[in-house]
Amino acid sequence: MGNEKLHLDTHQFKVVGTRPVRPDGVDKVTGRAAFGADFTLPGMLCGQVVRSPHAHARIRGIDTSAALALPGVRAVVTAADLPDLPSEVSTGGESPINFRYVSLNVIARDKVLYEGHAVAAVAATSPAIAAAAAALVEVDYEVLPHVIDVLDAMREDAPVLHEDLYTSGVEPKPAQASNVAARTGFTLGDTAQGFAEADIVVEREYSTAAVHQGYIEPHAAVASYAADGMATIWCSSQGQFMVREFCAKLLGMDVGNIRVIPAEIGGGFGGKTTVYLEPLAVALARKSGRPVKLVMTRGEVFRATGPTSGSHVRVKIGAKKDGTLVAGEMVLKYQAGAFPGSPATLGGMTGFAPYDIPHATAECWDVVSNRPKCAAYRAPGAPMAAFGVESALDELAQLLGMDPIELRLKNAAKEGTRTLYGPKFLRIGYAETLAAAHAHPHWSAPLGPNQGRGVASGFWFNIGGPSSAAVHVNEDGTVEVVTGNPDIGGSRASMAMMAAEVLGIEVGKVRPMIGDTGQIAYSFLTGGSRVTFATGKAVIEASEAVVAQLRARAAKLWKVEAGEVEWRDGHAHCTKTDEAREPLSLRQIAHSAGKTGGPISGAVSINAAGAGPGFGTHLCDVEVDPETGHVTVLRYTAIQDVGRAIHPAYVEGQLQGGAAQGIGWALNEEYVYDAQGRLQNAGFLDYRMPVCSDLPMIDTVLVEVPNPGHPFGVRGVGEVPIVPPLAAVANAVSRAVGLRQTQLPISPPRLLAQLDSKGR
Amino acid sequence: MNKHHVTATVNGEPVEYLCETEATLLDVLRDRLGLTGSKEGCGTGDCGACSVLLDGRLVCSCLVLGVEAEGRQVTTIEGVANGGELHPLQQQFLDDAALQCGICTPGFIVAAKALLDHNPNPTETEVRYWLAGNLCRCTGYDKIVRAVMNAAAKMREEA
Amino acid sequence: MMEAIEYAKPNNIDEAVRCLSGAGGGARVMAGGTDLLVQLRGGHVRPRLIVDIKGIAELRRIDLTADGFRVGAAVAGAELGAHAAFARAWPGVVEAFQLIGSTQIQGRASLGGNLCNASPAADSVPALIAAGARCTVAGPAGTRSVAVEEICTAPGRTSLAPGEFVVDFLFPTPPARSADAYLRFIPRTEMDIAVVGAAVSLTLDADGRCVTARVALGAVAPRALLVPAAGAALVGTFVDDAALEKLAAAARAACAPIDDKRGTIEFRTRVAGVLARRAAKIALERARGL
Repeated sequence: MGNEKLHLDTHQFKVVGTRPVRPDGVDKVTGRAAFGADFTLPGMLCGQVVRSPHAHARIRGIDTSAALALPGVRAVVTAADLPDLPSEVSTGGESPINFRYVSLNVIARDKVLYEGHAVAAVAATSPAIAAAAAALVEVDYEVLPHVIDVLDAMREDAPVLHEDLYTSGVEPKPAQASNVAARTGFTLGDTAQGFAEADIVVEREYSTAAVHQGYIEPHAAVASYAADGMATIWCSSQGQFMVREFCAKLLGMDVGNIRVIPAEIGGGFGGKTTVYLEPLAVALARKSGRPVKLVMTRGEVFRATGPTSGSHVRVKIGAKKDGTLVAGEMVLKYQAGAFPGSPATLGGMTGFAPYDIPHATAECWDVVSNRPKCAAYRAPGAPMAAFGVESALDELAQLLGMDPIELRLKNAAKEGTRTLYGPKFLRIGYAETLAAAHAHPHWSAPLGPNQGRGVASGFWFNIGGPSSAAVHVNEDGTVEVVTGNPDIGGSRASMAMMAAEVLGIEVGKVRPMIGDTGQIAYSFLTGGSRVTFATGKAVIEASEAVVAQLRARAAKLWKVEAGEVEWRDGHAHCTKTDEAREPLSLRQIAHSAGKTGGPISGAVSINAAGAGPGFGTHLCDVEVDPETGHVTVLRYTAIQDVGRAIHPAYVEGQLQGGAAQGIGWALNEEYVYDAQGRLQNAGFLDYRMPVCSDLPMIDTVLVEVPNPGHPFGVRGVGEVPIVPPLAAVANAVSRAVGLRQTQLPISPPRLLAQLDSKGR
Repeated sequence: MNKHHVTATVNGEPVEYLCETEATLLDVLRDRLGLTGSKEGCGTGDCGACSVLLDGRLVCSCLVLGVEAEGRQVTTIEGVANGGELHPLQQQFLDDAALQCGICTPGFIVAAKALLDHNPNPTETEVRYWLAGNLCRCTGYDKIVRAVMNAAAKMREEA
Repeated sequence: MMEAIEYAKPNNIDEAVRCLSGAGGGARVMAGGTDLLVQLRGGHVRPRLIVDIKGIAELRRIDLTADGFRVGAAVAGAELGAHAAFARAWPGVVEAFQLIGSTQIQGRASLGGNLCNASPAADSVPALIAAGARCTVAGPAGTRSVAVEEICTAPGRTSLAPGEFVVDFLFPTPPARSADAYLRFIPRTEMDIAVVGAAVSLTLDADGRCVTARVALGAVAPRALLVPAAGAALVGTFVDDAALEKLAAAARAACAPIDDKRGTIEFRTRVAGVLARRAAKIALERARGL
């Protein structure tokens, strides 16, 4: 078993597809790599954030005098220290962002909207003094009724979080403010007609709980502020340019007065694509005149950073007796947390995407409630919608007596299929993943008593966007590749490999670097499965620019035309045959660069288009203990169209990691609140992520259907793997126990209660 | 504030430091001794990112007081390699791509070293249960377990 | 500002008693620290003095005496698990103890700490109770012997008087053909607090009939429970299915659990019966194999 790769075209690469040791690897296995909390500066103060103990309250006043009077305290900040931003929606990123909400989430102004909501921050000369000072900040709260669950928050009598929030996307505009922030929708064809043609209809309601990205590294930032107004921030994040932009907005500073130096990042999965501590650290540094370090505890991470939405999803699918899908309908209600911005729309766009369904609708509701503001989590919005659709398809397959993979193959989207959200697909590899699943030994292995097998598929768009890269040739022929994207999963290795491939040199001669905001041009963040695709494209283009220069330099040395020089295998070759000219290596040309025109380098900024969507199909076997409801995952196979695996081991790693997160989401992870709206499981003891002994080996199959939009065929791979597992696990359990699972997590008490009422 | 004066051996070198009673060994390693390789992931002994060996025994340094290290031997991730020569586990983690973001890697390497010091021929199940106290969110553990078993095989060959 | 916490590491019992008594209730005993440090850091406790008892020889020993095994209260799980003779004699106690936390926790966690932290879900306690273990308690009034089941009185509370602490555990040598077992239910495979724990210790006669049995449950009441009716269900039987069903019913009847983020009342009660039955079967197989 293990890992396999299926090539679907015959391009030969020298470096791409091999498995060199990653360039930052030695630092990471020896503990030398510096993550966000590992930085110190001389004179640094320790910061601490003061947080609301209430789920919903008005702030009548904040008295910081006692805290300020404590010896050792150098600054205290509240919302009064930040500009009161107007509502402003920025659409530069993956999803629209309203900076007023970001600012209010970073520090509350008139109301606290969740337990853990920041209301003030202090900086002091030691952690103990900072803690004591935080306890001395007096906040006068008027406690208000709160609401936690989506459906409760949608009721007319629910406590309203924002008095100026009127549901957008409905006609007529509502007269009353509510917690329903937005309705969006998509329509294709005519579902009334479609369902009329159906021989069989499956309709179910599904629910999932809020789950956290669960990165092992808590948020951390160190900020300094110089007398000339220049702020420097060291932090781990998924984008130093994002941190710079957000801090500039939230602090009312010029972007050019902020320099963000990215630390190594200990996991993000989307959760670090926004700011929490950074603006507070800068504000404290500005007020105190000294550098300030802020680090979250694990409890703060759970209470005050974005999980993804819990959801209620209703799915209705209509099909003919032979399994042809004729109509699909989805209604999704997602929790946004305290401020609007759940990924409900993305759920609506992705749920049906693997299928060619002529008539379909999705209705997507974004609902606020007194929980932390949700943040992106790996294919935001898609896993919940896929849970519904893929479970409904499994049920349909059972009712029709069809193999669930064959049902999907019969309806699989392909090149030219129109999606519910608008575009038609170019070349995609979904059907290939289904074929690979069907042919895999896992699919036909025998099952024992109390065991069940589930299959499910999933889709993610993947994005491109702005990225920059610079390639510098050193005097001795070694090369630096500088990009602006934090390395969250091994991308540095891929950058070096792509440059080495274009330049025709050994990958060991290429040193990838991640520049700070002052060292490289703008790059959009590390997320959206975009780095290998978009930043890789920039690296390839910058490397090609270098190759053009190398050819021109060789031409100069040979006194021929640039057009008479080819670049092959890391050498310039002269095509003019009037005399013998030995090929010139990159090293030789670099050595004489001073004589032929100076330093050789290429710098490129692009807005990468042509990102190819990805599809995955996962197989999962479980065993259920019928007397306790305990579920064991026995076997798992993740199959995905990855376009082209630059470094196959790191691509396999994405599939395995996403699958593991999805398994946790399906079985044991959830946010638990008490009657006062306080989080009960704000730690790794009771927020139950999979541990090593919970999982089997996760076998992978990398299907390569190259993306025509990238020179090497790369498709983003990071997000797709978390989309299928919720249903793959749920379908496996459903088949093992003969009861359709519609509520996640499938925790033992819930499963046992179902088994007991079925009478086993 | 009453501080303890502690003398201990860390990665084979004598060290001394001052710390309050409630300072953990992890606090001391990171903030007093500049050994930031051990990480704080949770502060409650649930994630293993702070794993160290205390007199050869695997513990979470966030659950040991700094004052308890008096007279004892501590091995951290910084002490696993032999100068510039990586331990077979470290090399295997690199060769087998057993890390993605790398934050949990120091803890896993220290924990795996403790396993192989104690049981040079573990089964996959033994590896998984020994490492259950080390959380990883990136890899799904597959490549980590393979790297530990591959390293064990190499170390047995060389022994 | 908060007051400094003092730290003392006595090297004998009398000194430890003096330290504890002198602090007027403001001292906490520390063995492995795996509960204490979490509580300290979480702001749930702020003692004036921490008394580290790992420097006292009696608390670190594992000895086979004429009366049975004597295990120091500060012996770590990893140490006890490595003791081949103890593990042979009390596999249930060892498996219970070794289920606590991770390998890292096992490097530090102690029986004394697990008991005196008085969590209703403590893993080692049902097995200690089923084994009939007794604590030696030292204090200002001298030493006394207490059955383990009398130590915990409520969640987080023990019957120890001010200045007292547990020195060691005595496991009275059982008759031939005795064996024990412990099972717990957790949602994952490791790293969870027990949702239900069940320990069974039994003795068979030469014909294979059960002559004594002790059954204890954890996490289903404010403290670990000895369930006499469950033990009685096995006595005089060959531990057949009918006897096991009676044992399971008695286990369920004894439960007084709560609904919390780890389990519901209904779930805990159901599973208590299942685990008691399964643990009894394992103990039976072990006893038969001797």
